[in-house]
Amino acid sequence: MKSNAVKDLLKHRLAWPVLALAALLLLNQIFRPDFLALRMQDGHLYGSLIDIMRNGAPTILIALGMTLVIATRGIDLSVGAVVAIAGAASCAYIAASPEPASPSTAAVAVLVAVAAALLLGAWNGFLVSTIGVQPIIATLVLMTAGRGIAQLITGGQIISVSNDHYKAIGAGYLFTLPVSILVTAAVFVATAVLTRRTALGTLIEAVGINPVASRLAGLRSRNIIWIVYVFSAVCAAIAGLMISSNVTAADANNAGLYIEMDAILAVVIGGTSLAGGRYTLVGTVVGAFIIQTLTTTVYTLGIPPEVTLVFKALVVIIVCLLQAPKARKLLGSFRPARQVVVKETPKEKVAA
Amino acid sequence: MNEIVPVVEMTGIAIGFPGVKALDGVDFRLFQGEVHALMGENGAGKSTLIKALTGVYTIDSGTITVLGERKSFTTPAESQAAGISTVYQEVNLCPNLTVEENIMLGREPRRGGKTGRGSIDWKAVRSRTREVLAGLHLDHVEPNSLLASHSIAVQQLIAIARSVEINAKVLILDEPTSSLDAEEVAQLFRVIRELRDKGVAILFVSHFLEQVYEISDRMTVLRNGKLVGEYMTRELSRMSLISKMIGKDMEALAELDNGPAKERTAADASAMPFIEAVGLGRKGSVSGIDLAINPGEVVGLAGLLGAGRTEIARLFFGADKADEGHLKVKGIQEKIRSPRTAIDKRIAFCSEDRKQEGLIGDLSVRDNLILAMQASKGWMRRVPRRVQDELVTEYIEALDIRPANPDALIKNLSGGNQQKVLLARWLVTEPGLLILDEPTRGIDIGAKTQIQKLVNQLAAKGMSILFISSELEEVLRVSDRIAIIKDREKLAEIHNNGVSVEDVMSVIAGGTQ
Repeated sequence: MKSNAVKDLLKHRLAWPVLALAALLLLNQIFRPDFLALRMQDGHLYGSLIDIMRNGAPTILIALGMTLVIATRGIDLSVGAVVAIAGAASCAYIAASPEPASPSTAAVAVLVAVAAALLLGAWNGFLVSTIGVQPIIATLVLMTAGRGIAQLITGGQIISVSNDHYKAIGAGYLFTLPVSILVTAAVFVATAVLTRRTALGTLIEAVGINPVASRLAGLRSRNIIWIVYVFSAVCAAIAGLMISSNVTAADANNAGLYIEMDAILAVVIGGTSLAGGRYTLVGTVVGAFIIQTLTTTVYTLGIPPEVTLVFKALVVIIVCLLQAPKARKLLGSFRPARQVVVKETPKEKVAA
Repeated sequence: MNEIVPVVEMTGIAIGFPGVKALDGVDFRLFQGEVHALMGENGAGKSTLIKALTGVYTIDSGTITVLGERKSFTTPAESQAAGISTVYQEVNLCPNLTVEENIMLGREPRRGGKTGRGSIDWKAVRSRTREVLAGLHLDHVEPNSLLASHSIAVQQLIAIARSVEINAKVLILDEPTSSLDAEEVAQLFRVIRELRDKGVAILFVSHFLEQVYEISDRMTVLRNGKLVGEYMTRELSRMSLISKMIGKDMEALAELDNGPAKERTAADASAMPFIEAVGLGRKGSVSGIDLAINPGEVVGLAGLLGAGRTEIARLFFGADKADEGHLKVKGIQEKIRSPRTAIDKRIAFCSEDRKQEGLIGDLSVRDNLILAMQASKGWMRRVPRRVQDELVTEYIEALDIRPANPDALIKNLSGGNQQKVLLARWLVTEPGLLILDEPTRGIDIGAKTQIQKLVNQLAAKGMSILFISSELEEVLRVSDRIAIIKDREKLAEIHNNGVSVEDVMSVIAGGTQ
């Protein structure tokens, strides 16, 4: 009986990502016994776990948006560029404002970034849903052009700002925790509520599983596709604010570079299929944690930098393999043979 | 004990999917040189049993023996290697390859002796192909013509040719006749008989009872994933076969034969039609369609496959945009630009293509059933869970959907039950016009009667229904009025007061009334 419960647990779609994360954390704990320890200093919580969460926050945010996009059979390659644009727009605003240090300037800067994201997301949504461009191509446009837009905004320079309120987004603390972790948690909860308390989640999945049938059932799939791309861009913008606020500067060239790849990877490791359909937000968060923990592990184990990428690749391959139906079947075949079902004699039943 | 060893013997086969027990302790034997029909309603487990034998599904328990040797198939390739070959309803060959390439694919004769790894010997390929084709009376087929250039019937025979070429001991034919005309069926049967006489064991699955009686020697009947029994075809009457298949007495069958009595009174002719098409048409599709449907009236569309029946339905529903004429809903001219606008005008459309245009396979019965209602409410206003539960329970019970588990994934249900869920999807939106395109295609007799009855009940409640079916008998049974469609236009409209199939056929054939 007990082994059955374990087996059922292992069948859960989140089982392997969670196990992989636990194994990674354990590995770190073995090599550095204080790894999982948390300590309080100056009213702030410190520890490797906090670092992982804080450093992983932008990836998690972007991966959340990416999850919904992928669930509709799409993909959003432009998130890295949106990160750069959001950072550039907000920093440029702060630098140009008459009161570069005031809280209201920081607040408006955030709004500027989010407004830019709404526009960029709407553009992606327009290309995909109205024009019917394939998502990978449609978002490739902004991926390439976006960095250019960011450079235009920054004038090709790295814009540094000094606004403590703005800095708080990426580097501040609230209730002993980094603000970025709290923001990410809030976005996660909001996304979960938005998609699962309303019908949005089911409709996103329906569009992803069978777009034709969804249209004939009366779904306005165009609206749904707009929503997910706009949402993805807004997530990317918040991540962009975090990244630029953390270093109090906007770097149009390097902010969020390749972050789309990490985000897509997080979604896939988490168990959402690139073919669209059923998605899991929790899985995505776990996936993002795995990626971030890997980076940390590399330092903990003292792996030489030239081997780092190979090590990362290995772990990713293992996690993906564990999720593949074929590999699961192979693992499943090691279980003890089931008892043969006692054969029932066929009976003629006369229905009432 | 039989002195003859069966070619295939399956005992105690069980296969389960999440939430569904597809097969439960089924025994099956197939002998050399016989045509064995596998019978049962949709969802009885026929396809599952075939897939167990062909290695598509791995069995949970039971044994499979082929030619006295115990086998456990985990891939189709293993099953094929054991001499089992399958020809599916939808021909699964490569349409853009030539006939010879399809027949010899993967086993092309090569240059360089027996163990030759040299280049393909196309001359040998061609002569071998001709040989095989000649054996199936397909001499007129050029080996180097594209497969797609042949009719479905010929393609099916070519698929059989492939199994002949690999010297299959067992040939499985899954609904081979569903898209063939009478002459093509006769040709197919000739080939089947010849193969049988050569000692091939043939497993034949078909919904057409007459064909089963014509071709099969023995039959195995399944019901609800369980074995009912194995019978000699000549010893089992049609009536008792049907009652074994559906597990019901003759009463229900008699009812089916006479057709559900039209209990409702004829629709009030003076009433305002719920919907009226005036000169409706679309470039490359149908043209000049005039058709009105009153509340409480069932209008049937009769016509041959490809005459334009589905096209008309799609124009009514806005699935395709009309570019000539217009639609009036309750006397008011409306622009129906999309399914969504049609739904807002209380029009519902159950497509003939369940899989592509109906089901959201990876979602549950509940989510599928609620989908249209949810879509018209918009994503922000989720149908409350309590309301969902009430509706789902109500329709599972009313339409006898099995398994009665709202959380089972719809892709794991049988065709008939999937169809019922899709019907329920529209019924919960309480439409004024329900368009049913082939609602009973590929589903069993029991479900068929249920759906026909339901159509009557809905019309009695005042719903307008546009009923499309390839089975003329069925159209005549349920419709008050019949519009005859031919060559993408409406040919005639007749009131159904004792009209016979022959009458309708003669209108279609004659071209004038």
